[in-house]
Amino acid sequence: MTIEQVQPFAELGLTQAEYDKIVGTLGRRPTDAELALYSVMWSEHCSYKSSKVHLRQLAAQAPPSRALLAGIGHNAGVVDIGQGYAVTFKIESHNHPSYVEPHQGAATGVGGIVRDILAMGARPVAVMDALRFGPASAPDTARVLPGVVSGISAYGNCLGLPNIGGELDFDPCYAGNPLVNALCVGVMRPADLQVAAASGTGNQVILFGAATGPDGVGGASVLASATFGDGASAKRPSVQVGDPFMEKLLVECCLELFAAGLVVGIQDLGAAGVACATTELAAAGTGGMLISLDAVPLRDASLGPPEILMSESQERMMAVVEPGRVAEFLGVCARWDVRAAVIGEVTDTGRLVMTWHGETVVDIPPASAADGPVYARPLARPAAQDALAADDPAALPRPADGAGLRADLLALLSSPGLADKSWVTDQYDRYVRGDTVLAMPEDGGLLRVDQATGLGIALATDGNGRYGRLDPYRGTQLALSEAYRNVAATGARPLAVTNCLNFGSPEDPAVMWQFAEAVRGLADGCAALGVPVTGGNVSFYNQTGAVAIHPTPVVGVLGVHDDVRRRVSIAFSAEGDRVVLLGRTGPEFGGSAWAHVRHGHLGGRPPSPDLEAERRLAALLAAAAAAGLLSAAHDLSDGGLAVALAESCLRGGTGCEVRLPGDPFTWLFSESPARCVVAVRAGAEAAFGRLLAGHGVPGETIGAVGGDRLAVAGYFAVSLAELAAAHTQTLPALFG
Amino acid sequence: MRIGVITFPGSLDDRDAARAVRLAGAEPVALWHGDRDLRGVDAVILPGGFSYGDYLRCGAIARFAPVMGELVPAARAGLPVLGICNGFQILCEARLLPGALTRNAGLKFITRDLRLRVENTRTAWTRAYSGGDKIVVPLKSGEGAYAADPGTLAGLEASGLVVLRYSGGNPNGSAAAIAGVCNAAGNVVGLMPHPEHAVDALTGPSADGLGFFASVVAGVAA
Repeated sequence: MTIEQVQPFAELGLTQAEYDKIVGTLGRRPTDAELALYSVMWSEHCSYKSSKVHLRQLAAQAPPSRALLAGIGHNAGVVDIGQGYAVTFKIESHNHPSYVEPHQGAATGVGGIVRDILAMGARPVAVMDALRFGPASAPDTARVLPGVVSGISAYGNCLGLPNIGGELDFDPCYAGNPLVNALCVGVMRPADLQVAAASGTGNQVILFGAATGPDGVGGASVLASATFGDGASAKRPSVQVGDPFMEKLLVECCLELFAAGLVVGIQDLGAAGVACATTELAAAGTGGMLISLDAVPLRDASLGPPEILMSESQERMMAVVEPGRVAEFLGVCARWDVRAAVIGEVTDTGRLVMTWHGETVVDIPPASAADGPVYARPLARPAAQDALAADDPAALPRPADGAGLRADLLALLSSPGLADKSWVTDQYDRYVRGDTVLAMPEDGGLLRVDQATGLGIALATDGNGRYGRLDPYRGTQLALSEAYRNVAATGARPLAVTNCLNFGSPEDPAVMWQFAEAVRGLADGCAALGVPVTGGNVSFYNQTGAVAIHPTPVVGVLGVHDDVRRRVSIAFSAEGDRVVLLGRTGPEFGGSAWAHVRHGHLGGRPPSPDLEAERRLAALLAAAAAAGLLSAAHDLSDGGLAVALAESCLRGGTGCEVRLPGDPFTWLFSESPARCVVAVRAGAEAAFGRLLAGHGVPGETIGAVGGDRLAVAGYFAVSLAELAAAHTQTLPALFG
Repeated sequence: MRIGVITFPGSLDDRDAARAVRLAGAEPVALWHGDRDLRGVDAVILPGGFSYGDYLRCGAIARFAPVMGELVPAARAGLPVLGICNGFQILCEARLLPGALTRNAGLKFITRDLRLRVENTRTAWTRAYSGGDKIVVPLKSGEGAYAADPGTLAGLEASGLVVLRYSGGNPNGSAAAIAGVCNAAGNVVGLMPHPEHAVDALTGPSADGLGFFASVVAGVAA
C-alpha cells in the first residue's frame, strides 16, 4: 500500500475545504490538469465567490428596461439604442498585472476588455481608462504611470480604437496597488448578438488567434486573487504579453465570421484561458465537450495539460461551428492570417472530457467548475469609521480673503489629480474611425453612431476613493451620480451602467463591509435613477500587507444622444453668454479636493447624494441641448465651481466674470452633487428659464462669458495665461 | 472618379480615408494588400495605421505586399498616390519618396492638433491650397520624425519638394520641421499628419484637410 502524496492545492490558491469539495464532486483525487482547471475557475477573479451574494442585488433591483438585450452574466451587457443599433460596453480591472509590469499589464487589460466586447458580436469602437496611482511625486509612480500609459497607448492605438476619456487620480493608498480599469464599447445590430454557449452535439470547437505559450500561467489565481507580499518581482512570468496587431486581425476576422453566419457560439479567452472558455461554453450549452489538448497550437512544445489549460496567452478566441461550415470558417481565418485549429466537439455526455497523448486528463461535470463556491464572508463595520466621520473638515482653516481664495483655486488647479492631463491623453489616438465628437478633457466621451441621423452614444467613468473611504454607500452613489451627470452634460440621456469594484481583501471583514455597502449603494442608486447595471467586474485583494486601498468603485454610464450635432462641450467660447449655476450648493467639504489638496485631510461625511435632483438635472440638460439653448455645460465635482469655471475658460480660451450670491468659499469649493454650470446662448435666456421651471431645477445666473480672465467680483481675478500655466505644468514636470 | 484606399493587415484609418474621398465627391474603392490589382482607380491612398504591427520597422513589411508590386510602377508612371502617416512610412520604404521616419524626439506617441504651412501647391494633392496657407490638422504618431541625409534635404529644399512644414513648433524633431514631401513629378505625396481626420468640424479640429482630396478630384477631372 502506498501513501498518496498531498496534491499542491494550497500553492494553487485552493483551500482545504475547496479541495475536499473537488474530491467529493469527482469521487476521486483530481488529476493535475483537473486541479489546475478548478484552481483557476474557483479563483476569486473568475468565480466571484466572495462577491456573488452581494452582486445579486444589482440584477434583482435593476429597474425594468426595455432597452436591455443582455444583462449581467454575459461577457458584457447589451443595450438597444434605437434606429436598429445596439451597444455593448463593460469596464474591467487589470490592477495587479499593471503593478508588476506596467506596460504589458495595462496593454493586455485593453486587449482583454476589447475581446469581451467582440465576443458579444459587436465591433469595438472606443476605449476609456480610469487610472489611479500612488502619490504623484513618489519614485514608484514614476515607474508605474509612464509604463501604464505607454501600454494603453501602444495597444489601443495599434488596434485602431479611439480613446475618448477616463480618469487620472493620485492617492497614497494606491502606492502599492495602482488601479488600471479599462472600458470598451462596441456597436452592433441587435440581430448580431452572439452567445457564449457550446450547443448542438457534433458541432466543432475551434481555437483561433495566437498560439498558446507559457505566459500568464495562473495569472488569475496567482495575481488577481492574492495580496502582494515582498515577492512581487517573482511574479513577472504571470503577466501576459500583448500583440495588438494580432488582436486587430482577430477583430476583423471575427466580424467577418459573424457576418457570414459561421458561428454558433463564441467565447473570448481571458483569465484562465482554455480552462475557462471550455467549461463556460460547455456549461452554458448542450453540456458536454470532448477536447484534444494535443490539437492546441503551442508556442512552446514543452507545455503539459495544466499549463495549456491555465495559460493566459492573449489574442485567442474559441468558437463553436457546425461541421459543414468548418472549411469556410478556416478560410476566413486564413484570409486574415489568423491561425485556427479544430480542438474538439460538442457532446451530449454532460461531461467535459480532455485527452492528451492518448490519455484522459480531464473528465468533469463542467457546471461544477463554472459555478464555483459561494461565500457569505463575515463583514463588520470598522470601529474607526465613527472617528473618521467625526473629523469634520468644518474645523479646517479657510481662506480669509480674495487673495486666499485665489491661491486655493491655483493650488487645486495645479494639483496632480486636477491638473491638465494632456501628458497622458496626448499619447492616445482619439481620432481614429472618424466618429469622435467629444473626448477628454470633456465631461464625457461622445461618439457618432449613425452619420445620417446623428444618433450617438456618450460615456463617462467616475469614482472617488476618498468619498468611498468616508462612506462606501454614499461614495458609490456619488460615483454613479457623477458619471450619470457627465453623460447628461453632453446632451445625452443616460441609459445603462457598468462598474468596476476595486477593494482590498475580502477576507478582511472591514473590507467586506465596505464592499457590501458599496454594492447596496449602487443597487439603490441605479433603481432610483432608473438605469440598470448591465455588467461589471470585481477586483479584490488591492492591498499591500494589511493596508487596503480606499474602497474605489468606478462606475461607467452609457447614454444615447439623439443628434450629436447638438452636443454640448465644456468650453466657454461665446462672449456675453449668461453663466448659470444649476442645483443647490451647501457647505459640503468631507472628502473634498480642497480638504485633500490644501490640508491633506480626509474626514467627515461625504456630500449627500440627491438622486431625484440628478434625474431632474439630466432631463433638463438633454432638453436644453436638444433645443440648442446652451453653448457650454460642465459638471461640478472635484474642486467645485471654482475648478469647473477654470476648466471651461481654459477649454474655450475665453474668460468669464461671476458674482457669487453668498459665502464665496462655499460657493467656490463645495462639492454638493447634482450641480452643473452652463453657458446659455444669447437670446435663449427666457426659453431656458421656462425649462428650468418646468423641470424643477434651481438655477442662478451668476455672470457672463467673456474677457481673458476668470474674475470673481469683489474677491479676485486670474488671467487665462496664469490659469493655464498652473494647470498645464504639473504632469510634464513630474513625468518628463 | 474612383480613388483606391489600400487595406494592409493593421491598417486603421482606411475607413476615414474612404469617408474623406466621399466628402470630396469621389468614389472610394477598397484595395486589398494581397491582390495584385489596382482595379483601374484614378488615384491611390495608403492610409494610416500599424501595417504588420509596425514590427521590424514601420512600413518595412507592407512594402513587399503584392499590391505594392502594381502600385510602384503605376506611381512612377504618374498615378497620384497619397501616403498618410503609416502610408508615408511605406512610401519611403518603397523608395517612392526620399528619407525615412524615425522615433519622435520625445520618444512618446503624440496626438495633437497642429498648424501646418503648405509649402508646395503644385502637387496632385495640394493644388486646392494657396502657397503659405496655414491649416490645422491632427498629428498622431510615435515614429514621425522625418530624417534624411544632408544632401537629400538640400535637394528637397532646392527643388521645392517639401510640401508641408510644422508651423509654430516642431512636435517630433523632424528635420527642417518637415511634415510632408513629394516626388519630383508631384504625383506622389507623403505626410505624417492626418488630413482625413480634418474633413468635418464635428469630428475633427477643422475641415482644412479636405483640400488634399479635393485637389486630386479636381486634377483628375481636369
